[in-house]
Amino acid sequence: MAEEHQEHKEVDALTGTPTTGHEWDGIHELNTPLPRWWLWTFYLTILFAVGYWVVYPAWPLVSKATQGVFGWHARSAVVVDINQLKALRGPMMAKLTKASLAEIKADPQLLDFASAAGHAAFADNCAPCHGAGGGGATGYPNLNDDDWLWGGKLKQIEKTIEHGARSGDDEGHQGNMPPFAGVLKPNEISTVADYVRSLSGLPTEQGADLAAGKKIFEANCAACHGPEGKGNQEIGSANLTDKIWLYGSAKATIMDGVEHGHGGVMPSWEGRLSEPTIKALTVYVWSFGGGVK
Amino acid sequence: MNAPPGNTLSLNHPALDAPALARLVAKAEVGAPPPDDDGPLYAPRRKIYPQSVHGTFRRIKWALLLVTLGVYYFLPFVRWDRGPLAPHQAVLIDFPTRRFYFFFIEIWPQEVYYITGLLILASLVLFLMNAVAGRLWCGYLCPQTVWTDLFFAIERFIEGDRREHMRRDRQKWTLETWARKGVKHFLWLMVAWWTGGAWVLYFADAPTLVKNLATFQAPFVAYAFIGILTFTTYTLAGHMREQVCVYMCPWPRIQAALTDEYALNVTYRYDRGEPRCAVSKAKELHARGEPAGDCTNCKQCVRVCPTGVDIRQGADLACIQCGLCIDACDAMMKKLGRATGLIGYDTDINIKRRQEGKPGFVKIIRGRTVLYTALIVVIGAVMLYTLATRHDLLLAVIHDRNPLAVLLKDGSVRNGYTLRIINKRLQQREFELSIAGPPHTRLAIVGTVPREDGHLVVEVGPDQTREVRATVTHKGPEDVYMAPITFYATDTASSERTSATDHFHGLEEH
Repeated sequence: MAEEHQEHKEVDALTGTPTTGHEWDGIHELNTPLPRWWLWTFYLTILFAVGYWVVYPAWPLVSKATQGVFGWHARSAVVVDINQLKALRGPMMAKLTKASLAEIKADPQLLDFASAAGHAAFADNCAPCHGAGGGGATGYPNLNDDDWLWGGKLKQIEKTIEHGARSGDDEGHQGNMPPFAGVLKPNEISTVADYVRSLSGLPTEQGADLAAGKKIFEANCAACHGPEGKGNQEIGSANLTDKIWLYGSAKATIMDGVEHGHGGVMPSWEGRLSEPTIKALTVYVWSFGGGVK
Repeated sequence: MNAPPGNTLSLNHPALDAPALARLVAKAEVGAPPPDDDGPLYAPRRKIYPQSVHGTFRRIKWALLLVTLGVYYFLPFVRWDRGPLAPHQAVLIDFPTRRFYFFFIEIWPQEVYYITGLLILASLVLFLMNAVAGRLWCGYLCPQTVWTDLFFAIERFIEGDRREHMRRDRQKWTLETWARKGVKHFLWLMVAWWTGGAWVLYFADAPTLVKNLATFQAPFVAYAFIGILTFTTYTLAGHMREQVCVYMCPWPRIQAALTDEYALNVTYRYDRGEPRCAVSKAKELHARGEPAGDCTNCKQCVRVCPTGVDIRQGADLACIQCGLCIDACDAMMKKLGRATGLIGYDTDINIKRRQEGKPGFVKIIRGRTVLYTALIVVIGAVMLYTLATRHDLLLAVIHDRNPLAVLLKDGSVRNGYTLRIINKRLQQREFELSIAGPPHTRLAIVGTVPREDGHLVVEVGPDQTREVRATVTHKGPEDVYMAPITFYATDTASSERTSATDHFHGLEEH
């Protein structure tokens, strides 16, 4: 057989290279085989792949995959990585745990660390309601402004995060805006809404009886919102004289609020987030720019 | 037949006159034999025993080898004083602090575009070299060529020149053969090890690292890289050699596509060499008034070739154009009392012209050489200009994305920004931050209390950056919808100032 092939072996006259005997439209394929080392490298890669199947999880079976003799597992590898990261952060985290909020604020290095940790924790836990940059939404306070329902000092922010508002936590902020449906007649609600708008300089409806509104306000609202409507951070009543409206400043919105009340919930994070994380969040929220000294 | 790997055939080949071509075509039309699939799967390697050679190009290659390897092996030990706050190594890639030092230049990670520029320049210089004289890079400067050359030199020193080496390999291996091979591989490994060792010195303080390596105090990664590079150098320069150029390297393929007919290449001048004949035969032919070529078919050009090609077959993918065949041929021609230059840097065009009795010419200034030179000059000038005029103080600003603007209790509007101040000077500096924007705006820096004179001053450490959060509050009779705003950072000591611009956004509802 071999001799027969030798007989038929065609050599390309131009290059002196044997052909494979394959021919397409008169074009003959030159036989320029790969170098030996290349071929061995190729076989080695195949061997390597087989070895890979054996030592690492590889083949999907009916209920689970082959586990591999190394016992390597992506999930446990992540745990190791996370523990390494924790160890790396350990000294700074310990420093953060020990430091008071005022000390954190005064130490630029610690402030940077707390801000970075706070940024990550905020995105994970707070952004769904307050927005990625703390910009808030209707019913969810904007954390960038200088209007604070429960106070904007570091200590006050920390308390709000720790225990929340109307969260069921005994130490959390209590008090809500009760519904006045049934207490006030619809026309009284309309009158007081006009008066409330006038407190912050918003235009009122023509013919609005602001004096009557004031009377209704003093009788029903001033207990919580104060005689001048400036609110009270002890009980979380809103300042009605500023330009910031949690639920909106339209008269219909205000009337709706008076009629049905408000009671947005800020959950309690104590026990869900670690102490240094809450500190970091406090500093981060404070540094949005609205924080009070 | 044993064709050189990757052989390409030039149709200018002397053997291909019209009748020869006709014969070839006739032969090819005989009819295709049945496919032969039983052939070997691989091409066996032909071991190459290049003979030593003396001459101009060999001397140039020795000189370049000394210079390039000298730079590579000793550059990490060159010191450069940068004061107490920066390393004293002239060339250092400092990964932990993310700095690249090159003599008086310090590159930060965000300036990696300089490296991009250098790579672009390098490729253009490669193209220019190729347009002027073919594979100058391959023949003289490529690390594969330089290290292989060094390994060949060691091999010849230990195992003897071509004949002696071949004879020993052919004969039954004696203890001496084994000993010589052992010494050779040991020396190769030493060179390879030093090569790997020099590599890691570019990434840490060289004298300290050498000391730590010697006392086994160096980090594992240093030993690992030395091991890897020892292995690659030993394998590529000692064992793979021309296989790297023929099978692995993309440049011969790209080079073949980039070249043109005017580029000078190491060329066998077949107009002078053909027909090949022995010296005595040539005398005979001359006496009869018949043509006789200068090539005596002594094959010196093939024997000295480090990649094992026959330059007389024309341009070849495997030919790195190192010029050693020129030296070999010139030496032979001198011995015969004939003019040198039977092999030399030339073009096929010139050969054709001489055959037609016209004078040869060298056309260096062509469209492509002018274009490459112009590009090199322009890109080099732009890089030099930006490097010379770059500041050691920079300011970057990012506007808060969410929320864009914040309404405050008193109706004023505030925007938040993240400022990053970059101090590239090796000393601590103080910067006063200020703005120029729409009227009735005020700047505040979170966590920074204005000084008594009302100035907002932040400190930035030497060779560091600092990020601060800035707020700009607008309270005026007129609402601002959107206005440009410029932030300034001014060095309180030198009054050096830099700026960054962004926008101030008003509230949509207003």
